[in-house]
Amino acid sequence: MTEQPHLDGEALAELQDVMEDEFDVLMRTFLYDSRERIASLKQAVSEQDAEALAHAAHSFKGSCINIGAPLLGELCRTAENAGKEQRLEKVPAIIDAIEKEFRNVADLLEKLMVR
Amino acid sequence: MEESVAEPKSLTILIADDSDTDRLILAVLVRRLGHRVFEAKNGQEAVQLFQHCEPDIVLLDALMPVMDGMEAARQIKILAGERMVPLIFLTSLSEAEELAKCLDAGGDDFLTKPYNRVILEAKINAFNRMRLMHQALSSQRDLIRERNEQLVTEQEIAKRVFDNVAHTGCLDAFNIRHHASPLALFNGDVLFAAPFPAGGMLVFIGDFTGHGLPAAIGAMPLAEIFYGMVSKGFKGADVLREFNQKLKKILPPGMFCCGGMIETEFKHNQLQVWNGGLPDGWLVRTSGELEVVPSRHLPLGILPSDQFDDGMDTLATEPGDRLLMLTDGFLESRNAEGQLFGDSGIRRALESRAGTQHPFDAVMEAVGHFSASAADTDDLTMCSVEMVDEVGISTIHDRIEPSPLPGPMEWHCEYEIRERTLGDFSPLPLLLHICMEVPGLRRKSGEIYTLLAELYSNALEHGVLELPSHWKQSADGFDQYYEERRRRLSRVEGHFIRFSLSHSMTPSGGRLRIVCEDSGSGFDFHNHPILESELRPGRAGRYAGRGLLLLKRLAESVTFHQQGNQVEIIFDWEVAGTSSNPASSHRQ
Repeated sequence: MTEQPHLDGEALAELQDVMEDEFDVLMRTFLYDSRERIASLKQAVSEQDAEALAHAAHSFKGSCINIGAPLLGELCRTAENAGKEQRLEKVPAIIDAIEKEFRNVADLLEKLMVR
Repeated sequence: MEESVAEPKSLTILIADDSDTDRLILAVLVRRLGHRVFEAKNGQEAVQLFQHCEPDIVLLDALMPVMDGMEAARQIKILAGERMVPLIFLTSLSEAEELAKCLDAGGDDFLTKPYNRVILEAKINAFNRMRLMHQALSSQRDLIRERNEQLVTEQEIAKRVFDNVAHTGCLDAFNIRHHASPLALFNGDVLFAAPFPAGGMLVFIGDFTGHGLPAAIGAMPLAEIFYGMVSKGFKGADVLREFNQKLKKILPPGMFCCGGMIETEFKHNQLQVWNGGLPDGWLVRTSGELEVVPSRHLPLGILPSDQFDDGMDTLATEPGDRLLMLTDGFLESRNAEGQLFGDSGIRRALESRAGTQHPFDAVMEAVGHFSASAADTDDLTMCSVEMVDEVGISTIHDRIEPSPLPGPMEWHCEYEIRERTLGDFSPLPLLLHICMEVPGLRRKSGEIYTLLAELYSNALEHGVLELPSHWKQSADGFDQYYEERRRRLSRVEGHFIRFSLSHSMTPSGGRLRIVCEDSGSGFDFHNHPILESELRPGRAGRYAGRGLLLLKRLAESVTFHQQGNQVEIIFDWEVAGTSSNPASSHRQ
């Protein structure tokens, strides 16, 4: 898990190429989206809704994979599996890890946009 | 941002994904490929948008709020109906079971995250090809269906036209049984029946080579000829000759019509039959005895007129005897083992039938039990004609439409036939035809034909040929009579029969005056024993009692002139509706 990089440079380069002018829009969309997803994850845990947790984690995972944030995506998968398996006791720790990793990714992406 | 400008070959693609990030990436990727994009944030939006924008391809996320991708896929497939709209699931699912569920819901393929534009393009192109192929197939199928519907419609119209021309004549007469598929016309089968103006009837069963419209096309002129000629009093042989000539002229080489002509003479208890190329006909006598009526001629439409033989075979019958004729569909019926029904099948059916069973029913039943599929009977045509007492059949009428034209009312004509022609030619159809120009006489065609026929046969057989009528009263004499008739017909030099027809209007209708004169020596009508008290000025002499009674019954008056070789008949008719009993109007 720890071997995964924060960002997949190759994937991001391709995205930049494809999105052209809309790359910044995409980055902002992802950052906004992600904050919403993290809020949904937290809400699901507080409501002990394992299914909602799995759903939110699954969607978040998809976006992470698409955007080129493999480590964050891997953490989301762990949360999704925990939701599917109805094991919510470890989830708060996973969400902490997700938030921490998201801050890393966000910092890196902000730098990418400023460039 | 919603749509890019549509390029000529661009497709309309619906993307449904609740993740703004993922949807944005995919939308941009698809737009960059030159397609027009519609975006939905959940399954419900996707279904609504699908109805509105009619996309060519749908890209659908599996897990979405409100309505998930699976349900949206099901609804979209239903909405698409026969249209093929490829449905590609967007997924980061990796478990086989989950992926299979997407396909079960109607998905055609997957696109996995992260999106790869090369794969995306290849998939869109592949599915577009499939979509176009499906479209081509559907439109071809629709075209074929449309053509087929058109063909069926045309056949129905042709059938209606044909039915108007051919109608069913007197096929529903109580002495006729028949079976023909409603679309027999397009199997090339025809069946006509019509009563002669003066009693008896003519039935024709025919089977054209081939199927469909080409087979049906020859039927139309045959019907016209048949009903036209029979109502004018032409006989079976005349009709056959006309059929053959017409078909020879209009049918392409290799096409012809197998046919059977049945002429019943209830009065003389005999049948005249002509079979050209049909399977054996069967005369089933009241005793149960069977007589085969084989084909002795080539089918119609093959031989030129000068080689065509219209000779009909004469069968002496009794009331209750039935003649069965059928098309080869019967013989060609096959059972489950592939065996043919054949002539032997017909014979078995006729021989093994119960005494009371109608031979027609026996054959129908046997072929029904025999043949492997019920559809077989669509191709079969059969009719049975039963000999009956003449009296019983008099109620049968043809369906001749009255002409809306007033027609000729004041006219006179003379027609004289001489010498050899006396034996070769019957003037009756021509004379009847002239009379039928008067619409008021058309309803009386049977009576007029009978009058003309009676006058003509008396003038010829007793006036010109001087044949004694009492010969016909014994079986031996009957043969002698006809032998002598044939012999004397070859010696008619200087002889003639002259008809004078006059028609004039009367206040209530019209009056037809028929004078028939012959070159014979006449007879002493002043001292004829029969009906002495009734006839004026003379009484019947050379007339057999029966013929004279008939004339007297039908006509207003019957008068003999000169030395008995000139007969004058007055026939009155009234405009329909002026009398409460039109049938007796001329005899008041």
